Amino acid sequence: MKTICLYFEIHQIIHLRRYRFFDIGRDHYYYDDYENERSITDIAERSYVPALNALIQMTKENPGYFKVAVSLSGVGLEQLEIHAPQVLDLLGQLNDTGSLEFLCEPYSHGLAALGNEESFRDECNRLKNKIKEMYGQTPKVFRNSSLIYSDDIGALVADMGFEGVLTEGAKQVLGWKSPHFVYENPIDPRLKVLLRDYKLSDDISLRFSNTEWSEYPLFADKYMDWIASLPQEEEVINIFMELSALGIFQPLSSNILEFLKALPKVAKDRGISFSTPSEVIKNYPSVGAIDVPYNVSWVDEERDTSCWLGNDMQREAFNKLYSVADRVRICTDRRIKQDWDYLQASNNFRFMTTKHNSVGMNRGIYDSPFDAFTNYMNILGDFISRVNNLYPTDMDNEELNSLLTTIQNQDEEIAAKDREIEKLQKQLEKYNPSKSPELKADKEKKATVKKEPEKKAPVKKAAKKEPEKKAPAKKAAKKAEPEEKPKAKKAKK
Amino acid sequence: MFGWEFPPHILGGLGTASYGLTKGLSLQQDMDITFCLPKPWGDEDQSFMKIIGMNNVPIVWRDVNYDYVKSRVPGYMTPEDYYGFRDHIYADFSYMNTNDIGCMEFSGRYPDNLHEEINNYSIVAGVVARRQQFDIIHAHDWLTYPAGIHAKMVSGRPLCIHVHATDFDRSRGHVNPTVYSIEKNGMDYADCIMCVSELTRRTVINEYHQDPRKVFTMHNAVYPLPQEYQDIPRPDHSKEKVVTFLGRITMQKGPEYFVEAASLVLNRTRNIRFCMAGSGDMMDAMIYLAAQRGIADRFHFPGFMRGKQVYECLKDSDVYIMPSVSEPFGISPLEAMQCGTPSIISKQSGCAEILDKCIKTDYWDVHAMADAIYAICTYPSLFKYLQEEGIKEVNGITWEKVGVRIRGLYDQTISNYNH
Repeated sequence: MKTICLYFEIHQIIHLRRYRFFDIGRDHYYYDDYENERSITDIAERSYVPALNALIQMTKENPGYFKVAVSLSGVGLEQLEIHAPQVLDLLGQLNDTGSLEFLCEPYSHGLAALGNEESFRDECNRLKNKIKEMYGQTPKVFRNSSLIYSDDIGALVADMGFEGVLTEGAKQVLGWKSPHFVYENPIDPRLKVLLRDYKLSDDISLRFSNTEWSEYPLFADKYMDWIASLPQEEEVINIFMELSALGIFQPLSSNILEFLKALPKVAKDRGISFSTPSEVIKNYPSVGAIDVPYNVSWVDEERDTSCWLGNDMQREAFNKLYSVADRVRICTDRRIKQDWDYLQASNNFRFMTTKHNSVGMNRGIYDSPFDAFTNYMNILGDFISRVNNLYPTDMDNEELNSLLTTIQNQDEEIAAKDREIEKLQKQLEKYNPSKSPELKADKEKKATVKKEPEKKAPVKKAAKKEPEKKAPAKKAAKKAEPEEKPKAKKAKK
Repeated sequence: MFGWEFPPHILGGLGTASYGLTKGLSLQQDMDITFCLPKPWGDEDQSFMKIIGMNNVPIVWRDVNYDYVKSRVPGYMTPEDYYGFRDHIYADFSYMNTNDIGCMEFSGRYPDNLHEEINNYSIVAGVVARRQQFDIIHAHDWLTYPAGIHAKMVSGRPLCIHVHATDFDRSRGHVNPTVYSIEKNGMDYADCIMCVSELTRRTVINEYHQDPRKVFTMHNAVYPLPQEYQDIPRPDHSKEKVVTFLGRITMQKGPEYFVEAASLVLNRTRNIRFCMAGSGDMMDAMIYLAAQRGIADRFHFPGFMRGKQVYECLKDSDVYIMPSVSEPFGISPLEAMQCGTPSIISKQSGCAEILDKCIKTDYWDVHAMADAIYAICTYPSLFKYLQEEGIKEVNGITWEKVGVRIRGLYDQTISNYNH
């Protein structure tokens, strides 16, 4: 039986502000708040809200039959949290119907898969956790930023524990093969590969309202006839697009949502089902490995990475950015980590493209690729100097990392000791039940609790961990001190 | 064709454009061009056209013998030509100040009595137009418009005028009424107006009230660099970068914006030098401004440059900047790009319409300009991209293509005129 795997992507970048080189070292705020708010509210109003409402309606009308998958980039998610939380609520409602599957993607919607493996893993895990935290789902299927994929990226994704990956059914990859099957990664066959049918996807996302298109106007039954008339053995039809295609690329006035809403009915009539990516992977066996030696993506006619890394400027910006990836990863400064996410977004590189076929490309505030490059490099210059100021630059990453690991280990040790102290404390309570009420009261004032046994614990453990004792003791003392001061004030009052 | 300047003796972009355009046209086999100049120096390239020196065309009949004429007229002109012209003197100009063979003297420059020279030029043009055979008249810039009109009246042939600049560009809007009237008159009589950019075309339509149907945009082009100039080595600038402004230091070219941008850049970095080559009425003010901003130690005024010096200077630069307030076309960024020097140009320049591989800013946006200067000097990839792609782009802009398009307009104009 044929099945349609429908997937929508939600991503909006944080727009960068006009940042002159005079600002380098003086101003560390890089974002255009007005534009961010304006664009996300606009897109939410014109596209996300009506589209999600339509999807909710569809799942409610066809319970258990209509299914859909969605992925959010972390950056887009943050934007929505701030400016359009109603979109996240709608996603929650859609999730409650049980017909929604969340996919995982890199947090920043960046090119970390091509730049830095560790950062890439880190980002994916962060988004996975965030989705789990917000919607209680653990994504099992992965989609990279703009569906960038190659065999190596696939192996990496499989290693992170994902069962499947979405990518473009690019001609240079498929050749004579059809995208309507499930394939597997040649390096790690556990990872199944779902390929986008770009013709059927673009019919909706690119051409739907184009009156010059030979198939205009497109109706749901005609569309479904195309799918039904595919050869019998071609069973998986992957239709992937950005959610903003519904409402922004194709305006609501083109009745795109009515078209969408009609799909389940006409599909049912033709005996075609809907599946989420996980279901496809479970129900349809792989027909073989698909070799993707070079990176593919769903962008432009070339379906490769040339729109982000096509010219020297883009490559310089990319290399500069990822040159500090390791440093950023080991640092603990939250603002730097946040800026790192926002700066990585692939759109920033796309603004610098000099390719001619990027027709109607929206460059945002930039009026030329050079302008985009200059602005981005100024920001990057400031960002890199901030990262370098964190730790001495002459120290190489490995050395730094080992020092940081030591510190981290010590922290863990302190935590372990704290736990032990608490345990001992409890034991102490048992032995001295008379004192227990007093101690319970003390527990709320942690500092005192900590400080008291501090003196005892080392005595007991002295023999065990003599050399490392100093650092934790000092730290504990430091922690205790500032907490004591306010207490003293309270006492005075 | 009527022109005022011709290489190698040029004072501005007009001469260069006249040369390129004529040469591009001459590549068409069925095209004969006669170029009238006020005062040829004799070393002009005449391989592809015939030059008439207006200072050797008689307007007063003098009885001079063959040998004497031969000794008086320059090598590119025969005594037969002289006698031919003499037979077509059409009025009594003996009150004019003429020399022993009945010709007038021209300076060939832009002297104080420019209006007198323009008038004289047009008187001589009447003689030339009566003698020469031609199908169309092409007059370059306002100095020759009266001559073009005169020739049209005498011969009944259509007149094309080529607007290289208007007085609105030169004066930032405060036009000289005499110049404006000459320009307007020329345009009114013209059957076809070619403007060097869409920007100029708009000015011609809006400020000179011309019928848009006869006003066309004809962008300029550049000639490939001679091998001699191509071989000029590019000095190593890894330690210190040079940013160059090259042109007349006048209000039109916006030199003060360059100084302001330079001072912004120098507030942040010290390893960049600025060079303002050329001369003009605002030079002293600029020197003063640079001193006022405290950047005189990094800001240099090497003075007027010509010939090979220009290319040496361009090759010695890392950035070429043209912050013109209003530039009809502006051929110099194209030359800089030919030399492999990335260019920053103002959006108010005509050449911005055809160039993509350069940075464009508003002339007043000194912050954007400073940012662009800093970026090119700091990021090698941007420099390299603009350099390589700039050469490719500018190599595609040839006078030959312009010649073909001008020919198309000629044919169209002639057929319209005859109906």
